[in-house]
Order: sequence, then C-alpha cells, then structure tokens
Amino acid sequence: MDVAEAVFEVHRYLPEQEAEPRFQEYEITYQDNWVVLDALNYIKDEIDSTLSFRWSCRMGICGSCGMMVNGEPKLTCESFVKEYDTETIKIEPLAHFPVIRDVVINMDDFMEKLPTVSPWLIPEEELPIEDGEFLQTPAQVAHYNRFSMCINCMLCYSACPVYGLDSSFTGPAALALAERYNLDSRDSGMGARADVITAHEGIWECTYVGECTEVCPKGVDPAGAIQMLKLSYALDWAKSLVMPRGSRS
Amino acid sequence: MTPELRRPLPRTWWLRKQSYLFFMIRELTSLAVLAYAILIITAIWTAAGDGSFTTFFDFLKSTTSVITHVGLLILALVHTFTWIALTPKVMVLWQDDEQVEPDVIAGANGVIFLLISGAVLWVVLG
Repeated sequence: MDVAEAVFEVHRYLPEQEAEPRFQEYEITYQDNWVVLDALNYIKDEIDSTLSFRWSCRMGICGSCGMMVNGEPKLTCESFVKEYDTETIKIEPLAHFPVIRDVVINMDDFMEKLPTVSPWLIPEEELPIEDGEFLQTPAQVAHYNRFSMCINCMLCYSACPVYGLDSSFTGPAALALAERYNLDSRDSGMGARADVITAHEGIWECTYVGECTEVCPKGVDPAGAIQMLKLSYALDWAKSLVMPRGSRS
Repeated sequence: MTPELRRPLPRTWWLRKQSYLFFMIRELTSLAVLAYAILIITAIWTAAGDGSFTTFFDFLKSTTSVITHVGLLILALVHTFTWIALTPKVMVLWQDDEQVEPDVIAGANGVIFLLISGAVLWVVLG
C-alpha cells in the first residue's frame, strides 16, 4: 500500500477553554486509500484525542460527516486525501451553521425546518390497510426518484449563500423533499404544503445560485426542485384566479 | 451551556468562488436591462411631451449612444442565454415514460427566442 505525507489544518473551537477559534496543524502519513474521514480518525486516535467531529456510517449514507474541505462542502467519507494536491488540507465546520465545538455544527435549524414542509405522503383519503398497497408504475417513480435520494447531510445549506445571508430561508434540502412528495402519484399534499413552500422564506427566497445542486453528493438537484416548485405553485395560483373552485391549494 | 460560534458571511462572499461571481454577474445584467428599459421609456415619454422626436433620434445616432447600446446588448444577451439555460430546470417534460433531454428544452427555447427576435427585427427594420 502506497503511503504519503499530508498536513491537515483543522478548525479548533473549544469554548470552555478559548474564546476564539483557531487552526491547528497535524502532520500525518496516510495510505492512498484513505478518505479525509480516515485521516481525521487517525488524528483523533493517534495524535490528539481532544479533536471533535461527527461521523457514523463511513459510506455516504448517514450524511453526518459533512465538513468544509479546502473551502468546499464535502462528505469526508467520500473525499480521498490523495485527490487534494494542496500544501495543506484545510478542515472547517460546514459553513452557515453555528459551531458547537471544533468542526461540530448545531443542526437544530435544519431539523426544525424539515418537518414544516410535511415530507411524508399525504394521501387524498386514508384507506384501510386491507385495501393493499398504493401501487406505482416505474414511470411514476421516475418523476420524483432523484429528489428522494437526500440524506440530510446539509452540504446544500452550506453551499447556499442565500441561507448564509438569511437563515430564515427554508433551504434547499427541505424544499427538494417537499417537491419529492408533491411529485409522488400517491400524494395529494400540494395544497397542505403551500403555506410553508410559498412563504417569503420559502421558494421565493431562492435566487438560483445553483451551488446546492453542484455540491449534493447524491445528485438530488435541489435548485431544480425549487424552480419546479416555483412554476407549479405559480400555475396553481393562476388557476385559482381563473377557476377558484378547481385549485388544489 | 457553552457559547456557539457564529460565522457571518462576509460581504465579499461572491468573490470566494467563480460560480458565485458568475451568479452575481448574471443578476447584475438584469439590473442593466431594467435600467435601460426605464431610460428608453423616459426618453420616449419626454420626446412625446415635447412634440418632437428629433432630439431623441439625434441622441440615438451619437457615439455615446451606440457604445451604450452595444454594451447593453451584450448584457441583455448574457441575461437571455443564462435564462434559457435555466429553462430545463423549470420545464421538466416527459414523453411517454422518458424525460425529455434538458438540451432539447433549452434548444427549443433558444430557437423560439431567435424566431421572436427575428420577427421583431423584421417589423422594426422592414
């Protein structure tokens, strides 16, 4: 196994000891199959046990190891150390979120916003279990499938300057999930979600910077989802003017 | 409870990344288009009030006006084509069970834009 040297410059914030954050350098020898998360675990296990960071699954599913790597929001379990040819690899907490300690962010804001868009199926009528499954064709699944891949890693919030400037913005992942359910043939919740989605802090806050889509590790395309929401709710509003009783919302 | 660290976005955030800079340029082109629309409406309004368009037409022929119009045309085209590039994000169309390719949607919108622009030019110059 090939090995190489790397210097990690890691954001440290220890509020019980120091008022201001700082960067600390760690020189390590890494194997060429290491991802950034492996390097951080090596630092914690072998060099400095006081370093704090979140991680869990190590395979790009749990969405908990998101950090800024050289200024870009990344899942550290999917970012190979050898792919960074900079002198140092800079590790910071996800941008736009308050920092609790080192690179651990407070995700409460996202966790509070997520349920506000009702990211679950709202059927037209509740049917008894004996009626069986809600069947879908592959084409019906294809309509929403790409928006259903979100792992709530919050990289999109970290890439979004709109959220960085105004944290009241509902944000890319929550709105993409709302569209995922609006597009589902089993769902009739477009009207129920309208108040949150069409509020000032909802879709109309988005100016389509598009970076949320660029950084998404699962190819969800939140920027596209938000533009689709804008069109569908604008059409719904127009329909409500022409046919007040025919609108869904 | 220990204090959390807040890191406000600096005013120069849009200089941090090329994509952010392109976004700002795209947005600013819309302001140029808006400013031009206000300018031209005001000029026509004033000329109509004076009862003569001679001064207005003379201004349009001046070097300053020609340079301004070329600059504004470039900005308007940037704005238009970035807008057309966005259309596949909004107009997700399906043909039978297949999603229509984004390039087809953007291309169709581009062709429609060129046809309408050509028709306007034909009316104005014809």
